[in-house]
Amino acid sequence: MTTEYLFAGFGGQGLLFSGKVLAYKALIEDKFVSWLPSYGPEMRGGTANCSVIISDSPVGAPIITNPDVLVAMNLPSLDKYENAVKKGGMIIVDSSLIERKVKRDDVSVFYVPATDMASKSGSPTLANMILFGKMLKETGTLNEETLNAALGKCISARHKDMFDLNLNAVKIGCAE
Amino acid sequence: MSDKVLMKGNEAIAEAAIMAGCRHYFGYPITPQTEIAAYMARRMPKIGGTFLQAESEVAAINMVYGAASAGVRVMTSSSSPGISLKSEGISYLAGADLPAVIVNAQRGGPGLGGIQPSQSDYFQATRGGGHGDYHMIVLAPASVQEMASLTIKAFDLADKWRTPCMILADGTTGQMMEPVSFDFDIAPAPEKPWALTGTQGKRAHNITNSLYLSPEELETHNFNRFKKYDEIMKTEPIAEEYKADDADIILVAFGIASRVSKNAVDEARGAGIKAGLIRPITLWPFPSDILFKHTEHARHFISVELSMGQLIEDVMLSTRCRRPVTLCNRAGGMIPVPSQILQAIQNVAANGGN
Repeated sequence: MTTEYLFAGFGGQGLLFSGKVLAYKALIEDKFVSWLPSYGPEMRGGTANCSVIISDSPVGAPIITNPDVLVAMNLPSLDKYENAVKKGGMIIVDSSLIERKVKRDDVSVFYVPATDMASKSGSPTLANMILFGKMLKETGTLNEETLNAALGKCISARHKDMFDLNLNAVKIGCAE
Repeated sequence: MSDKVLMKGNEAIAEAAIMAGCRHYFGYPITPQTEIAAYMARRMPKIGGTFLQAESEVAAINMVYGAASAGVRVMTSSSSPGISLKSEGISYLAGADLPAVIVNAQRGGPGLGGIQPSQSDYFQATRGGGHGDYHMIVLAPASVQEMASLTIKAFDLADKWRTPCMILADGTTGQMMEPVSFDFDIAPAPEKPWALTGTQGKRAHNITNSLYLSPEELETHNFNRFKKYDEIMKTEPIAEEYKADDADIILVAFGIASRVSKNAVDEARGAGIKAGLIRPITLWPFPSDILFKHTEHARHFISVELSMGQLIEDVMLSTRCRRPVTLCNRAGGMIPVPSQILQAIQNVAANGGN
């Protein structure tokens, strides 16, 4: 089985980071995985996205045309990728930042006011991890042990506080 | 959990180079390969190595010439426009028979071009790139694992044959992360009695040089170097063959294009078309014999490339025009999707493979 994830939004929202945690989690679960960022003059404020492919067999092209799961953190990304999502796929929308609804009715859609929730939780920059938690829950891929290990690989041991904050944000997303 | 780490292709090259004993890196930043320089800047000072950001690509490649002359393992990296600047120095390395590893994470061209992935430096890499009669060994990784393993191989081949060796990667393979294992057996670098290490008053001094004003002498050097190239062409070509043994239609692709092609081969097989893939891993020496062998059964070849028809020339030469060869390509930083390649396969199949 192969699942293709696309995380898309503005540069600086932490989408590449969520993708990396997902990829590491899959690696720890002994899956085949690829992670491909958009790169370029985008960095902060421009559009940024990253493609993660997780599979039981070696990954061919690391480029995604039709994702199974789309996590959208701004309107341009939803506009651009909504129709690319596979039929029966999933779209997770940060409804604090995207006012419109998803037009399709052949995909599952979850609206999470993640940016507002992140601000309320005291970590306004961790909306990405709230959406990530929601995604793990709805795709049935939550595994606390591998999640912890993956976060540990992506956050250096010197930043234990960041580890706790990220894990907490994922939990908020899971509870949503 | 496995012993693998998740790493960008560029970082895997840098780590593998260090494992291979490279302690000298000279470079100049350019997207999409700057992670190599950044990694070297972080690591080299901690292991007694040299990281130096030169004032230009031209300076960097001449520092490589100096270090290679001293007999140490040395590397530089850049992306397409930067490699053009380095080409003069690469020609000098080849002319002086000096081993060095050069990484090109290709981006779209010509000119300043763009920063998205491309394979349009194929001619430049496989035909030498700089002036004069020379080749360099060119390796084409298609995964982060190969970014590491082929870097180690590049140092070995460069030393073995006393030649510059290029890793021809691209923006995608440089930027993508995949699991990679660094569980390598590293062979020690060979003795280099020709190196400029100081005579200690005990031997005649060595010279590394590419200037020969006597045409007779220069011709002899060129003839001898091409005898070496003949040996390299006989012994070093490598390719991966994927579902090629019974294929009617064979795709030829390297690097990132081969990854997309593999998906297309699987989809074509699913649709009942006997498609296969040959992935050259050495672009020079090109695995011509492997391609030619498959002209016995394959009726059509398709060159899949991120350029305007460069690899296709080697496919035509290798298959000696026994079979038709079609181009399936994108350019300028665009990457084909599997469905585009599948369409190319289906078009050929619909035409009876002719």
